[in-house]
Amino acid sequence: MTDTKEILTVQNLDVTFARSAMKAVAGVSLSLGQGKVGIVGESGSGKSTLGRAIMRLLPPSATVTASKLTFDGNPLLSQSEREMRALRGNRMSLIMQDPRYSLNPVLPIGRQVAETAILHKGLSKSAARAVAAEMLDRVRIKDVARVMESYPHQISGGMGQRVMIAAMLLSRPRLVIADEPTSALDVSVRGEVLELLNELVTADGSSLLLISHDIRMVASFCDRIVVMYKGRIVEELSRLSDARHPYTLGLIAAMPDARHPVHRLRVPDRATFDATERSGSPA
Amino acid sequence: MASNSETSVAAAWGGRIGQLVLSLFALIAVTFVIGRLLPTDPVGAIVGELASPEAYAAMRERLGLDQPVVVQFGRYIWNLLHGDLGVAALTGRPVTEDLALAFPATLELATLAVIISFVLGVPLGLAAALNRDSWIDQFARIISLVGHSIPVFWFGIVGLVIFYAGLGWVGGPGRVDVYFEGLVPSVTGMILIDTLLAGETEIFWNALSHIILPALMLAYAAMAYITRMTRAFTLEQIGQDYVTAAKAKGASPARLLFRHILPNISVQLVTILAISYGGLLEGAVVTEIVFSWPGLGQYMTSALLIGDMNAVLASTIMIGVVFMTLNFLSDIAYSMLDPRTQEKR
Amino acid sequence: MNGTTLSRPRPMANAWGTLHSFFGELRREPLGFIGLMLIVALILVAILAPWIAPYSPSRQSLSEVLQPPSVAHWMGTDEFGRDILSRLIWGAQITMRTVLSVTAIVGPIGLLIGVTAGYFGGRVDAVLMRITDIVLSFPSLILALAFAAALGAGLGTAIIAISLTAWPPIARLARAEALIVRNTDYVAAARLYGASNLRLLTLYIAPMCIPSVVVRLTLNMATITLTAASLGFLGLGAQPPMPEWGAMISAGRRFMLDQWWVAVMPGFAILFTSLAFNVVGDALRDVLDPRHTKN
Repeated sequence: MTDTKEILTVQNLDVTFARSAMKAVAGVSLSLGQGKVGIVGESGSGKSTLGRAIMRLLPPSATVTASKLTFDGNPLLSQSEREMRALRGNRMSLIMQDPRYSLNPVLPIGRQVAETAILHKGLSKSAARAVAAEMLDRVRIKDVARVMESYPHQISGGMGQRVMIAAMLLSRPRLVIADEPTSALDVSVRGEVLELLNELVTADGSSLLLISHDIRMVASFCDRIVVMYKGRIVEELSRLSDARHPYTLGLIAAMPDARHPVHRLRVPDRATFDATERSGSPA
Repeated sequence: MASNSETSVAAAWGGRIGQLVLSLFALIAVTFVIGRLLPTDPVGAIVGELASPEAYAAMRERLGLDQPVVVQFGRYIWNLLHGDLGVAALTGRPVTEDLALAFPATLELATLAVIISFVLGVPLGLAAALNRDSWIDQFARIISLVGHSIPVFWFGIVGLVIFYAGLGWVGGPGRVDVYFEGLVPSVTGMILIDTLLAGETEIFWNALSHIILPALMLAYAAMAYITRMTRAFTLEQIGQDYVTAAKAKGASPARLLFRHILPNISVQLVTILAISYGGLLEGAVVTEIVFSWPGLGQYMTSALLIGDMNAVLASTIMIGVVFMTLNFLSDIAYSMLDPRTQEKR
Repeated sequence: MNGTTLSRPRPMANAWGTLHSFFGELRREPLGFIGLMLIVALILVAILAPWIAPYSPSRQSLSEVLQPPSVAHWMGTDEFGRDILSRLIWGAQITMRTVLSVTAIVGPIGLLIGVTAGYFGGRVDAVLMRITDIVLSFPSLILALAFAAALGAGLGTAIIAISLTAWPPIARLARAEALIVRNTDYVAAARLYGASNLRLLTLYIAPMCIPSVVVRLTLNMATITLTAASLGFLGLGAQPPMPEWGAMISAGRRFMLDQWWVAVMPGFAILFTSLAFNVVGDALRDVLDPRHTKN
């Protein structure tokens, strides 16, 4: 995969929450063409906030500033809410962590998938249902008619996430932000959900921003890895073996590796990272 | 699968009905105990102080007071089940007849009040939650704080002083003006419906001008509660992931509200509706006195003041039964409306 | 509470400290602070009534019957020529006495029932909570009315009647807290070195449940004020000539269309009192329950 045309450009993005002096995201710059980029960091590193800031989905208490934030030629920060709505779910979409919470508990599955079609394709209810059924078939759901009538609590987590993917990829967006799309799922289905996501974005020619704490998973899946720590990007790599920053090395060491089993996983040493952060350059 | 879910649903209903029956039984037991707490001597009250010991004993036997307490309680329940609540000293008629006259008036007042409080309270609560910390949120907060703190009987008096005596916008105490009284045959006992049935539009408007003020005053306290709860429910939903997901799909605020949030809180709103309805019945008791409204409250308090315990206890049971039934219905509504409480795979 | 935006669940052991820092927190919640000041003022008024009331509450003056508010009588006079303001000031004593008595009865009873149910669990819990739920399902004002009617009208009866229906919410709350505390390590430790059930209940579990019970009691005070006033209004609370606010409204009702102040003035006293309790209760809940906090 080569970055032929830039789809998303982020320059110097800051996010501050009201009443808090600390920046949740600080000075992040990032560019993304067609391809798959992974953002890695522990919880609280600002990676999810970054994803939502790009879609302008943060609560009103958050302030987002950037010297440049362009998606597909649209300056996102100066778009009106109405213009943003036309983009969301249509040309950019978000897959969240846990389908148990991200699916509306009291609406049947079919209507939740069809909603995207109603909103962006201007289809009638019945036409939207047909499109939704097609899409559910595409995410390999068997017995589509029955699933469409089901409620979220009646289906499994893995199926729920496939439903979410169906709803979010229905209009073949240019950019898909997947925020920990597999971490809430049963280990046995993580692989197939990721595989499915990969297959669909490749087929549709969408770009993928994969947000995760699992650096090995991201490495095996993405063309590029962006490592975030305390709201900043500390390193950008295309291969794990290029890692220099102690935080990245710490993240790698903290994850089990089937090829090099160790007796005990290492706990990252925060003092070193912070020291490196202060000195300004990777040791 | 189906039969399995049916049995579990039946079991849940059985449990709720069991709880309702137990509560009703407890209510009846409590009224029975209250009836026996009376410092006055019911036998003496009937036969008079000068009666001979034989006449006294005879009356005592006739009233069944010589029987053991358990037998008396059994007879109390037996009579209740047969609709025999005794004779009201207040009116000299069977209490059941009095209740049949008074209850529709209270029901009419409380129903109108619950409609008003819902129509005003739900939108206000939604608006407050969607515009958190804005002026409308502050307004809703003050409205509901005052509504939780205001003595409803006093509010009625203030309303009468301003809108009836001062401005003359509404009718005064009573259900209709004096010269309209007794002109409409009672069918349902609810005057707004009866006047419409009789085609008496003039009296209908007059009755409306009489009921609107007590209904509004009564609705206010319930509205305070409904506003507050609606706001809390909505805020709880706004923070949920599914709302973010719907936004990520490009849904508009109106769509978020009507297609996503409202269906999620509608079940809770139904519960709130039932609870407020019960609360309004209680509030009606004191409001009716201020507005000379010939309902249960008026009846019960008149009976209270002359120590007519038959009438007092019967009214208590009547209100209690309606109150508990409403709670029961709200429970049932919950299990019927929420897909999550229906069968699971 | 150092202004972090994260709302973390508060461990119970922290609750006393939280209650303690409540006053510091109130400064950021101006409405709650005003409410607290109002309550303090009300208590002072009740205590100092003999010295601050401009007239005696029972001084009748036939030449000054039903006077509108004036410089001499700020809130006017009633049908016996008594000064309404003075009666309201003395009435604060009755209201405070009612509220505090009910609270003093209901708090320990609710705590005892709730903690016992939560600590022992099983059948004890089932029976106690079933009873609690039943009382909770009663229409409380109506039942209080019936009780007051049967026991004979009076302030004491009113207090008992209100108490009889006001304990269940406290019991439910105390039970929920006891269920949490019962499983903590320090209770297990105490049990290990042989502490008796009674000792565990009174010294280890009940004290941990007190802070949230206190909050709930404060919130209840508004309701108690209103219920007491309703009983007074219906003639079932404190009896005339006692200057009970609800009873004053009831007496003034006869003149409401011409001499509105007789019935209207006492209502303001009731309104502001229960408003103050509600505002303080709300602020207290905001501080103790992170889910309600702003931002």
